[in-house]
Amino acid sequence: MLEILQNNWLLFLVGQYPHGPIGGLAMTLFMALTALALCFPFAICLALARLSPYRWLRLSATAIVHTVRGLPLIMFIFWTYFFSPLIIGRAVGGVETLIIALVVYEAAYLSEIIRAGIQGLPKGQFEAASALGLGYWTTTWKIVLPQALHNMLPSMVSQFVSTIKETSLGYVISAHEMTFAASQVNNVLLTQPFEVYAILALTYFVLCFALTSLARYIERRISAGRVAVATPAVAVAV
Amino acid sequence: MGYIFDLRGVLSGQYFDWFLIGLAVTIALTCAAWCLAMTMGIILTLIRMIPFRPFEWFVALYVEYHRNVPLLVQIFVWYFGVPSLLPRPARQWINGHHGEFLLATIALGLAAAAYVAEDIRSGIRSIPKAQNEAARSIGFGYLGAMGYVVLPQAIRIAVPPLINQTLLLFKNTSLAMAIGVGELTYRTREVESYTFKTFEAFAVATAIYLAISFGIMACGAYAGRRLKLENA
Repeated sequence: MLEILQNNWLLFLVGQYPHGPIGGLAMTLFMALTALALCFPFAICLALARLSPYRWLRLSATAIVHTVRGLPLIMFIFWTYFFSPLIIGRAVGGVETLIIALVVYEAAYLSEIIRAGIQGLPKGQFEAASALGLGYWTTTWKIVLPQALHNMLPSMVSQFVSTIKETSLGYVISAHEMTFAASQVNNVLLTQPFEVYAILALTYFVLCFALTSLARYIERRISAGRVAVATPAVAVAV
Repeated sequence: MGYIFDLRGVLSGQYFDWFLIGLAVTIALTCAAWCLAMTMGIILTLIRMIPFRPFEWFVALYVEYHRNVPLLVQIFVWYFGVPSLLPRPARQWINGHHGEFLLATIALGLAAAAYVAEDIRSGIRSIPKAQNEAARSIGFGYLGAMGYVVLPQAIRIAVPPLINQTLLLFKNTSLAMAIGVGELTYRTREVESYTFKTFEAFAVATAIYLAISFGIMACGAYAGRRLKLENA
């Protein structure tokens, strides 16, 4: 196993980079980060639409979220794979395809997290803002979102972990990422599939477990902060 | 551009049959993996209840592995990796008996089991300790208190998340196409490459996936409503 790692670590890390397209772990991380960053504005819009007072806006956002949740990611990847060239009007590479599919898919899931974050805020925040005479957009932008996003930080990190895991589907459309790199190594070696895929699984595990632990740590800190703030009030109430 | 959307091409003759076969395999895969996931999830929960540290560590490691490694990679480990460790006769048997279906079932089932175990555990955790203590004080043993008092309440709380896991499991069966299991996504690609009716083929598959997913979601919403009413 160590020997495989010794001979192929560069392929796992950056793909065929100096001699070909960049791939491997570097591409996996790049795609996950880009997809998450790009889907963020869409997710906020979807979340606000689902909480909107306008019925038609609420219903259409709900329909979008449920449709995305009802389909396997692989279906999105194939839809994007076949139809983004028609829409954009030129050939679209595997990496771009995967990022587009992930943005749509993750936006729906992230919007649910953001919605929960907004709904989790105390009602007094909205009432205080409207008592101060702030409009909808000022309230949302200056009062609601900053607090909701802060509370959601752990869920965001978990979402990043999900996105990293989902980039492995790039293998199906030959996007050059880590799973694809591992299958290339396996095709060259042929005789040690268990070792190759164990290395792959272990790499994902170390990366994602570190991030999951980070999410738990942030969650503890945020809830500890909340308790520290809330304690005097609770003590009086009890 | 003069493209005519026409479902007749992909919904007639053998292509219709391919969709049906694909759907049947998807459902079979979902059911088989679901049974494995529930069994293994309950076993993991039981193991975790034994107050012996190494057992707890084992379950924790099991759960973390399956939650932090992409499902596709887990499927590859089972499909490409594990058979190479088995003795030759076992490998030949697997190759001759639709090994890809069996190994995909194992990979999907074991991965879902990690989530099932977590859902059952949080169900048990949400039952106040006093329930257990009260049951013990009126003379139930450990198993009696668990079986008659704690678990019936815990499972009721765990049902909505477990239905959600079923939905995820159903969607995840589509990953089995990567190792050549002839399920719905795999068959759709076949229909697409035979008929060149890309849009129609994927529209049919999307409609089938959505119909079943919405069915499962509706069950989840119904269960959530009913169980909440009864608890209140």
